[in-house]
Amino acid sequence: MSAVLPETTAPAVTPSFDAWTCPMPLRDYPTIVLGHGGGGQLSAELVEHLFLPALGGADPAALADSAVLTLPGSRIAYSTDSFVVRPLIFPGGSIGTLAVHGTVNDLAMSGATPIALSVGFILEEGLPMATLARIVHDLGAAAREAGVRIVTGDTKVVERGHGDGIYINTSGIGVVPPGREIGPTRVSVGDVILVSGTIGDHGMAIMSQREGLEFETTIQSDSAALHTLVGALLDAAPGTRALRDPTRGGVASSLNEIARASNIGLVVREEAVPVRPAVRAACELLGLDPFFVANEGKLLAIVPAAEATAALAAMHAHPLGRDAAIIGEAVDSHPGMLVGRTGIGARRVITMQIGEQLPRIC
Amino acid sequence: MKYLEEFRDGEIAQRIAAEIRQITTRPWAIMEVCGGQTHSILRNGIDQLLPPEIELIHGPGCPVCVTPLEMIDKALAIAARPEVTFCSFGDMLRVPGTDRDLFRVKSEGGDVRVVYSPLDAVALARKHPEKQVVFFGIGFETTAPANAMAVHVARREGLRNFSMLVSHVLVPPAIDAIMRSPTNRVQAFLAAGHVCSVMGFWQYPPLATQHRVPIVITGFEPLDVLEGIRRTVRQLEAGDARVENAYERVVTFDGNAPAQALLEEVFAETDRAWRGIGVIPKSGWRLSDAYADYDAEHRFDVRDIRTVESPRCRAGEVLQGSIKPTECEAFGRECTPRAPLGATMVSSEGACAAYFNYGRVVQLERVVSA
Repeated sequence: MSAVLPETTAPAVTPSFDAWTCPMPLRDYPTIVLGHGGGGQLSAELVEHLFLPALGGADPAALADSAVLTLPGSRIAYSTDSFVVRPLIFPGGSIGTLAVHGTVNDLAMSGATPIALSVGFILEEGLPMATLARIVHDLGAAAREAGVRIVTGDTKVVERGHGDGIYINTSGIGVVPPGREIGPTRVSVGDVILVSGTIGDHGMAIMSQREGLEFETTIQSDSAALHTLVGALLDAAPGTRALRDPTRGGVASSLNEIARASNIGLVVREEAVPVRPAVRAACELLGLDPFFVANEGKLLAIVPAAEATAALAAMHAHPLGRDAAIIGEAVDSHPGMLVGRTGIGARRVITMQIGEQLPRIC
Repeated sequence: MKYLEEFRDGEIAQRIAAEIRQITTRPWAIMEVCGGQTHSILRNGIDQLLPPEIELIHGPGCPVCVTPLEMIDKALAIAARPEVTFCSFGDMLRVPGTDRDLFRVKSEGGDVRVVYSPLDAVALARKHPEKQVVFFGIGFETTAPANAMAVHVARREGLRNFSMLVSHVLVPPAIDAIMRSPTNRVQAFLAAGHVCSVMGFWQYPPLATQHRVPIVITGFEPLDVLEGIRRTVRQLEAGDARVENAYERVVTFDGNAPAQALLEEVFAETDRAWRGIGVIPKSGWRLSDAYADYDAEHRFDVRDIRTVESPRCRAGEVLQGSIKPTECEAFGRECTPRAPLGATMVSSEGACAAYFNYGRVVQLERVVSA
């Protein structure tokens, strides 16, 4: 589908899927069939009865080949991300919430205020309509909550066996206020590293579902849109040098990227990094290191030492930064490398991982 | 997290390390047998707290590293068969065989899966009677009871579509072989705590006596490892050669009797080739004759496997403690965790990978201070 939606943001609704039934005429098809991607009547019905209501614009007259937007200012941030997570629905979110938060956060890390998203669905023949509805409603709700509009989209259907239920791509644009410069090359010796909360929640939520591991408490994904936290942080610490959301590859990979890009050494006190007990226990059990586990609602900030206290206070005052902590600093030795101070007072180099983390055998 | 954080206390660690420095009067070479200990030493930087006289030699206790190439190639051949679902611990997927690894077999269409327990593989066999489910049963005495249980359950349920490719290895014969080696430098052992949690440590006093070598059963957390080293050094300095248990919260003299009974039933001793080291007599387990029907080597014809080890890889010398990983010319150059020549560069318990991932700070310091 392609749509230009009305300039007003649709009123926020809290959808409940317990009572959700497929509206006519979609209920004739309990699963996705190839025809839903064929561009004909079935495609139109899917757009009209599911996508437009769920994604916040119910006006079918707004359909067009591209969205035309009026944006304030001339510095535009533009980002894209694809989502292939499995399971599709997990504690704390779904592929739909991730599709919004992932791209919104990528925009936010360059200091941009997210404005609009596009969404592309690749659906596998046979995907239950109820699953699609849940995901699309999650996506719409996440976008409304983040205050970002979904202005254009596309749907394709692939034959059974040629996809994994559903893949989603979102692209987003945001506006960067004048004078805001954020990037790893601005990091200098003496700067302080902060993390906005507990690490490893998302990766271990997915892992525990995927591997059928049961813990006494369910680990929830931290999937969240971080742009308001970034806003609060930048108000308190306008000199903020670099921001990263440590998704795949975790905190270790993001800090390594910053160290390399800035050619400055970073040191992290491992004990200072907040990790939930359940996440730590699950990592111990599976032989994983929380430093390498994915997050979807956390950010790393590098700020000048003089602004560190204010930055931390601003994060603590925000609902998404309550567990924020100062975890390390930029130093004048080992340029380009990340070094961890271990709990017993020794040091280790923390490298980027190779591919996926493999569980250790014993 | 109870029973972990207590054993990571930085202040106590510094105190034990100070005592080790105080009691050490001359150079000692101590081998930590288990790859889990190597991982802990480098992950936490325990070696940085020790006096320069203490040299830690990394032992052959990484199950991934010592699984013979021939066995890896057999696994690759079996996993590539269309009727097979091949299950393995995650570490094994990247171990290089003669010309590829399990990841490659998977990408070429093989049904290769990572499981956390061999019983998960049995469950797959139950669920998919149309597939031949094969589990790659490797490891030391630690992983053996779960593997034995999987075969036991499969036989009890009459699951004809489950089998195991077994390449188990045993610690005591390896210690014996190291002490008999003419080039041996090891003067004391930190024995593998988790192995002893299953087997107890009744097998070790004869080794300590015969080879006049202190053996201290040691755990894996920083304080466990430091305490193991402290007791080892105390024995070395006093000229003792006893077996000591420094992992009392987990290990007893007799070990886990029901597990040992099951192992006795399911497995039988066999000569085993250790990758990079060679054949050590009676150093492994195979499935016993009663369970031969569940042996994947019998079920699938994989006898004509030809193996070629990389001539550049010196993993064997690393595993025997004759060289440090950094002394190998390929280390960090043609051999990295991304493109490993040998298995020791794959598992995070492998000495080469552990050095590559955690050890570089030492070299780094040299560069910085130069």
